[in-house]
Amino acid sequence: MLRFLFRRSLGAIVILLLISAFTFFLFFAAPKDPALLSCGKNCTPDAIALIHKNLGLDKPIPVQYWDFMSGIVTGRDFAQGPCPAPCFGYSFANGDPVWDTIIDRFPTTISLTIGGAAVFLTVGLGTGMIAAWKQGKLVDKVFSSASLVLSSMQIYFIGPIVLALLVYNLEILGQPKYVNFTDNPAAWFMGLLIPWCVLSVIFTAQYTRMARSSMIEQLAEEHVRTARAKGMTRGTVFFRYAWRGSLIPIVTIFGIDLGSLFGGAMITEQTFALPGLGTLAVKSVRDTDLPMVMGVMLFAAAFIVLFNIIVDACYAFIDPRVRLS
Amino acid sequence: MFQENSARGHFAMTSPSQTAVSKTDTPGLGPDGLSKGKDRKGGELVGRSPGQLMWARFRRDRVGVISAYVVLFFFAVGLLAPVISSLYGKDPYTRYGMLTPGLLTNGYPTQPNGGISSEFWFGIEPTLGRDVFMQLVYGIRTTLYTAVAITIASVLTAIVLGVAAGYFGGRIDYFIGRVIDLLMAFPNQLFFVAFVPVVGAVFVAPEDAMPTWLRATILILVMWFLGWMSLARLLRGQVLSLREREFIEAAKVSGASPARIIRRELLPNVVTPILVQTTYMLPNFVTSIAGLSFLGVGFVEPTPDWGRMFANAADYYRNDITYLFFPGLAMVIFIVAFNLLGDSVRDAFDPKRAR
Repeated sequence: MLRFLFRRSLGAIVILLLISAFTFFLFFAAPKDPALLSCGKNCTPDAIALIHKNLGLDKPIPVQYWDFMSGIVTGRDFAQGPCPAPCFGYSFANGDPVWDTIIDRFPTTISLTIGGAAVFLTVGLGTGMIAAWKQGKLVDKVFSSASLVLSSMQIYFIGPIVLALLVYNLEILGQPKYVNFTDNPAAWFMGLLIPWCVLSVIFTAQYTRMARSSMIEQLAEEHVRTARAKGMTRGTVFFRYAWRGSLIPIVTIFGIDLGSLFGGAMITEQTFALPGLGTLAVKSVRDTDLPMVMGVMLFAAAFIVLFNIIVDACYAFIDPRVRLS
Repeated sequence: MFQENSARGHFAMTSPSQTAVSKTDTPGLGPDGLSKGKDRKGGELVGRSPGQLMWARFRRDRVGVISAYVVLFFFAVGLLAPVISSLYGKDPYTRYGMLTPGLLTNGYPTQPNGGISSEFWFGIEPTLGRDVFMQLVYGIRTTLYTAVAITIASVLTAIVLGVAAGYFGGRIDYFIGRVIDLLMAFPNQLFFVAFVPVVGAVFVAPEDAMPTWLRATILILVMWFLGWMSLARLLRGQVLSLREREFIEAAKVSGASPARIIRRELLPNVVTPILVQTTYMLPNFVTSIAGLSFLGVGFVEPTPDWGRMFANAADYYRNDITYLFFPGLAMVIFIVAFNLLGDSVRDAFDPKRAR
């Protein structure tokens, strides 16, 4: 286990280094002058000079990359002042430190992800299991067709409809907003309720389909038939034998989903104007705020890689046949 | 797929056809294949190719045929947009609400339901006063053209790299495998959002406006870059197992060149996964492009685009929600039809697999 984690962590670091190098060189090397790009329309020579100085753009590009990467580990000194250890530089747009902004935005994204995942995992797996249990019956048909239609409901389509209906017309719920969980748990819950539900519509539909087909596949397996032949009840076989096997593909997908959601649910956050990593990324891209985009990109990539490792480690717990090596 | 789960869109869709393909070599001469009376002519068995059998099975699948027609309808709308425009007598750019007083009051359609009338079939766009029907028709055209281009590019790349990795193995396989691993770790929606402007900046100075064709090219490039890996990985696996089979060995012994073996022996055997995966890929790209335009980094005004209509609708929906429904429902119908079509294609290739 430890050896597995060590090896995978090394691999993860290599992948993150490559992603950072790729992103860095495209961002800072390809456009003729990143300062001009970041400066926008009303740009003065002074502003360009300042950006040049702050970024160290007079140095060769590999040196710049080295400065950037070593800055993450050791921190570095900018014209604005020293930038402590995980240093991703300063925003072009407003001069804030990139790392602090990311940490500031992250609780919103965590809340959105965890709440949304709780909804789609329970509802999706639940309906999927019921559909598999009642395979071919009316319940199965209703759930299957509903999940087919719901899985094509884009967030930018249903989000405004839900808002218009529940918030502006019926006035049941307030405008979605993010309140710190520690400040007021009730307000935190009510403020994120709509985003959670809307975010999880497509996921729920997909998890229903996935859980159903995975379960049906498992029920046709031989160990399940053996268990039935031994005289075990259908319920026992269903929940203790087939269920466990059907989890493997679901855990894989769930890990990937969670990893990418932690990097920011852009469309949901944008639709409900929630101040998470997704809106930060979109805003930074619009402002061509390169250090910020770079920071969010690496942060998101780190989560994807991290969850890949977690998923692989989880296999060992679900399926005793899998050995980590 | 530009839902929030786009990072694994490709990952998830590899599973159905992996099981589907393992059976292509015995193309279902099952009960529905040759048992029909019309297959016999004067007591003689008529041979049928796997393709013909598949086609016959597909045509019997009513849901599949209907969804195929729906999908074709959308492509026809996209293709014939200029014809529709000239028949309908309007274009997607003219601001009718501004030209004709009385159509808009305070920026919103005067008539109920978004100003739907016999003249404006789908109503008038709030504020700008453009015709919604034309916006949608041309929007579908823009999005579908782009999605088809990305799909073709991704499929071709996947075939070349996947087959090369599987057939040649060794160092080539290792190298391609690592590239795929790396690209799979990219946060792909973030990558799309971040790189469309950056790649744009390579071609156009920041103060100039970007022409639409260049924007489309950049979208295609960026999405193709992260679009091909899952199919390539799938094809590599297929080819890896096919290459050990006797008929490949026979071809090798008879002196066929690698190029010929790949072209004549391997490719025909992987047509099925390619076709099935393509039907999953294309709707994903459609929602991805729409998502990018929704976030304001895909197509921008005044180019009519499906996803850009959602971005506009986000400004209008509090006062006039009708505008949102046309692109929204059209997209739901399109995606549902495409998914059903994909399932039917898979079933037609592999009738033994239960849904």
